[in-house]
Amino acid sequence: MHKEPKAPIIHKKTWGDYCLLGFQAERLAAEAQPGQFIMARPSDSLHPLLRRPISIHSVLDDSIEIYFQQTGIGTTLLGQKEKGDFLDIIGPLGKGFHLESSLQGKSVAIIGGGRGIAPLYFLAHRMRNLGAFPRIYYGGRTINDIPLRQKFEEEDFEILLSTDDGSFGFKGLVTALFQKSLQEFSPFRIFTCGPEAMMAKIAQIAHDKDISSEFSLEAIMGCGFGACWGCVRKLRKENEEEWSKICEEGPVFQGDQIIWEKEEL
Amino acid sequence: MTDLSVDLGFLRLKNPVLTASGTFGYGVEFTPFVDLNKLGGFVVKGLYFHPRLGNPPPRLVETASGLINAIGLQGIGVKRFSEEILPRLKNYETALIVNVCGEDDEEYAAVVEYLDKQDGIAAYELNISCPNTKRDGRCPALSPETTYAVVDLVKKTSVRPIITKLSPNVTDIVEIALAAQEGGSDGIALANTYLAMAVDVEKRSPKLANVFGGLSGPAIKPLTLRMVFQVAQKVQIPIIGIGGIVSGNDALEYMIAGASAIEVGTANFVDPETTTKIIQDLEIHCRKAGIQSIEQIIGTLKV
Repeated sequence: MHKEPKAPIIHKKTWGDYCLLGFQAERLAAEAQPGQFIMARPSDSLHPLLRRPISIHSVLDDSIEIYFQQTGIGTTLLGQKEKGDFLDIIGPLGKGFHLESSLQGKSVAIIGGGRGIAPLYFLAHRMRNLGAFPRIYYGGRTINDIPLRQKFEEEDFEILLSTDDGSFGFKGLVTALFQKSLQEFSPFRIFTCGPEAMMAKIAQIAHDKDISSEFSLEAIMGCGFGACWGCVRKLRKENEEEWSKICEEGPVFQGDQIIWEKEEL
Repeated sequence: MTDLSVDLGFLRLKNPVLTASGTFGYGVEFTPFVDLNKLGGFVVKGLYFHPRLGNPPPRLVETASGLINAIGLQGIGVKRFSEEILPRLKNYETALIVNVCGEDDEEYAAVVEYLDKQDGIAAYELNISCPNTKRDGRCPALSPETTYAVVDLVKKTSVRPIITKLSPNVTDIVEIALAAQEGGSDGIALANTYLAMAVDVEKRSPKLANVFGGLSGPAIKPLTLRMVFQVAQKVQIPIIGIGGIVSGNDALEYMIAGASAIEVGTANFVDPETTTKIIQDLEIHCRKAGIQSIEQIIGTLKV
């Protein structure tokens, strides 16, 4: 974990609300694992005050990319930064996806909803390096919510796309696309990041089919490194339920550890 | 060379910069960012006797230059703290202050009794803003009588100095501070967070699961500064100022108003190196202003 108060932004791309920022951060890049995140300070002023937790999207030599959606004041300010500006960041933080050598030669499903695709690009690359066969499922509300599709395609990843309104790919939820595909596909493990209801549905499918699964959870965080106890979630541990810190124990958790909120799908 | 040390009477600090309970974990979380030996001291997260679950999430909401939290004092309890954390903190050459909580007066006393047997603690900070289960959830800090009662009880047995941390959610902070002094408190920590809330307009629901939380951060600095000044006019025991401090200048405002030391809270999240930077700022200020000892500026407000 390092604090890098002046990481220079070296490239930027935007698609509507979605923003991809690349910045130089040698020490962070050397340590980062898929599923880990950084805490980025939106501005030097005292409003907004807190740093924002953002997934690491990719690592290229000595630089890191983050991909996020501008949803509030903090992420909007981060999205207004330009090439040549600096980012004040802390990272890499948290525990990422499990990448063990036993995944070699195995098919795995990587499922991302909207901005939830952020950590999964990094994961897909590491899976490929590991000798696993990742198949990516990428869904959004409309074609505008899946802007990274070409990037995966250009890099020859197997990718299935969905939009809720049918403006691109399969019409419907990415969870439905995934469920349908299980008739001809049996992944060894499922990796998911996206909206809560989507992840809950995938968890249910994984449970029913007895497939191991990992989820990257999102939370409002105060510090990002375990000091404030603000980002907790109820987890199942040895048959007991307790509030666990997402920033420190997660943000990636096993499917059977997570207690999902009862939401209508 | 400027002397940044301050003498609280019961405790000499190498500089006036401490950390506020609840914003600095158990100290160990900050070692990647801060050399704890450089701090005047640090106050660890509030401890009840037993481990405590805390409130359901969402526990945090950000507001204009502020943070409302409703963590609910989740924590590991005195036993685990003493066994797992204390051994890792003992060798730091700085004042370790333990924030003590209780659901009733007896629990405060029990926590202190347990910790009295442990080494490496410089003082206790009595968090009297905890909801009191025997008093319909009202915390002791809300009245002079209950403040006096818990301070008096704990002080009778404690082998270490007691700093009483007051709540700002009262009509007359001076009478509460006087009650703490009367009960035998060695110092006053002023103050805890302000009771607050935020509303989600779309859902028409509170943004915190607990509905209410405590507001901290730069937004509250002018409010607590006023209280520190008022209390400093009336009490004889030293005051530690806490509320929205993010810079050396903020720390100096509190000290000029009458605080002998300060605690940095929410700013630790924004920049975990804030405490170190404030110490540097204080040194620079004193050097430029020709102040030999920082104690010379305490309570020097010209009204």
